[in-house]
Amino acid sequence: MSSFLLSWIVLVPLLSAIILGLLYLYSIKIKKLSNKVFAIFGLTSPFISFAIAGLFFIQMLQDGKTIHYEAYKWLGVGSYNVSMGFMADNLSIFMILFVTFVGGLIHVYASGYMKDDEGYGKFFFYFNFFLASMLLLVLADSPIIMFIGWEGVGLCSYLLISYYYKDSENVLAGNKAFIANRVGDFGFIVAMITMFYYAGANGFDYVSLQNSIGNVPIEIVTYIGIALFIGAVGKSAQIPLYVWLPDAMAGPTPVSALIHAATMVTAGVYMVARFHFVYELIPNVGLVIAYIGAFSALFAATIATKQTDIKKILAYSTMSQLGYMFIAVGLGSYSVGIFHVFTHAFFKALLFMGAGAVIVALHHEQNIFKMGGMKKHTPVVFFTMLIATLSIAGIPPFSGFFSKDEILLSAFASGEYLLWGIGVLTAIMTAYYMFRLFFVVFFGKNSSEDRHIVELPKSILIPLVILAVGSILTGFLGVPELLGGTNLASQWLSEWKNTSLHIDHTTESVLMLINVLAALVGIFIAYKKFYKYDMTKVPKFSGMIWNKFYIDEIYDVLFVRSIKRLSSFIAMEIDIKIIDSLLMGLSSKFISIGHLVARVQNANTRFYAFVMLCGISLISIYLIIELR
Amino acid sequence: MADSLLSYISLAMILFSIGLLGVISRKNIFIVYMSIELMLNAVNLIFISLGRYYESMEPQVISILIIAVAAAEAAVFLSLIVVLYRRKRSLDSDIFNILSQKSAS
Repeated sequence: MSSFLLSWIVLVPLLSAIILGLLYLYSIKIKKLSNKVFAIFGLTSPFISFAIAGLFFIQMLQDGKTIHYEAYKWLGVGSYNVSMGFMADNLSIFMILFVTFVGGLIHVYASGYMKDDEGYGKFFFYFNFFLASMLLLVLADSPIIMFIGWEGVGLCSYLLISYYYKDSENVLAGNKAFIANRVGDFGFIVAMITMFYYAGANGFDYVSLQNSIGNVPIEIVTYIGIALFIGAVGKSAQIPLYVWLPDAMAGPTPVSALIHAATMVTAGVYMVARFHFVYELIPNVGLVIAYIGAFSALFAATIATKQTDIKKILAYSTMSQLGYMFIAVGLGSYSVGIFHVFTHAFFKALLFMGAGAVIVALHHEQNIFKMGGMKKHTPVVFFTMLIATLSIAGIPPFSGFFSKDEILLSAFASGEYLLWGIGVLTAIMTAYYMFRLFFVVFFGKNSSEDRHIVELPKSILIPLVILAVGSILTGFLGVPELLGGTNLASQWLSEWKNTSLHIDHTTESVLMLINVLAALVGIFIAYKKFYKYDMTKVPKFSGMIWNKFYIDEIYDVLFVRSIKRLSSFIAMEIDIKIIDSLLMGLSSKFISIGHLVARVQNANTRFYAFVMLCGISLISIYLIIELR
Repeated sequence: MADSLLSYISLAMILFSIGLLGVISRKNIFIVYMSIELMLNAVNLIFISLGRYYESMEPQVISILIIAVAAAEAAVFLSLIVVLYRRKRSLDSDIFNILSQKSAS
């Protein structure tokens, strides 16, 4: 199979996005088009990409070679070239496969979810463009090309968070996401420039960088590693740049599912894994990454236990799961981290889509304490959500169990018992808050039982079922040796990057047991407190956790207000009183000097003649003195 | 010989100074024009006397040239004066001040 098809994985959604954008312009300016026209383009492109990626996957299964394709020379400075290159190795093809698959299902779901929306075409334009950027990010063969995709997904995230732009709060949420991401992007840019300066002499693609990074002084590598991680923190919503993720839930639910759960936010994890050759040299920075991930996981899980907005709970849980992934990649178990990215994409997309289905069924109600009793009304959503919730809580044999177990195992095997402890604690809380949500939404007793429930279309329900099956099956790709399985995902990824753990089977089974127990404890607490919860006596929420530890307020005071005060000080004091008065004073002085000089020009010919006489006389005197 | 050269040049300088004074101090355009002609002739005188002193023909050629140019100039100048007079009905040079800073602004 010719390798130029690799670029078509990215090009198909991109072209489809361009066509959709033009059609949408045509639709609003000239003649209204039906939603079907948009859906044809919007829905086929992810699956075409998936099919192409699948072909490459099969080819790579057979010969195991990394596929490179250079489309064209993108930048040329002297003899130095940066080409628009694509690379499919075991890591990126793995990412591509589930990004296109889950993304395609979310596209189908969105076609049902958004069917009454005016900007249907615009939505699919953004969605396809997002997919193209994400695929470019993953398939890129150099940091620069990756950065194009990186910024593209950031842009789409901003556009889609502010999708309901008529409400100013949504626009502010979009701004917040964009600005917080920008802080991270700055780290990425700094890392790229430093890397280029110190290791870019022999080419700037991953392969050349991997070869030349060894000659770079270790302090510089540390610096690069930290700066790169700042980029990852911004994109993947970890402490301290996570604040945008909960607010990002202002966008439509398919957006939350696709961008803020399954794909874009995992770009940070992917990036750390992609730059594994940097982090291998600096295990200390990796440890910092793991700890930041662990604290983010615990922190987000704590906040999630007290939230009432269904999407906010899921947003914090996303942040928490991303924390797990960073524990794994920080400790160098890249295949484990990526495997969790993979399973998480399935069950978290499913959770969001299930939440979206419930929200649609209840006329856009997002408070879980106003839902209740949904088991009866939406049985399909109930079963699929049950699978997803069990999966995220870590109950075998659902997929989340295997990936989370591996992460905690690798933390334990690395000797980082504190990380392991935090992980287990977070696992208890994850099970607790997820089942709190689940019990309240599906079993809660709601007095207003006779409310009108919207019929859910097939395009919403079918993706739910497929993803639910996926949430069960994907786990079996990573069954550990202990349980008599072969860890297929880990094998596949270890061809790319070998990470083997040294731990005996007794410890492994004890740890596995602890994980299951932790999940069961969390579920039990949730069951005691929230099973058949009476919605009439919802407690008033207050306190530190309900207010998200006041982090938003602290940031507001620390950064937003101080910068506002600083800028108003500069505008009112420095600009007007110093710079303006200096410049205006200077120019007014010039004007008055000009007026003074202009008096000489009085149109009196005799005066001119007199001045000429004086001048000539002076020159003559000078010449006489000089030339005598 | 040198003494007489000095007296010729002194006469020329006096004539030139009178002409210059006339250009600067008089308002009437005709007087100004006459003063300019006086200055030209003073220069002519210097050329001719120096030519005589150095026994060279070139200064005399130049002075002939100056006389010819002055004649052409007289025609231009007089026609200009006629036009200016038709405009303002006056020969006062101070009236023609459209290029002054005050009239510009």
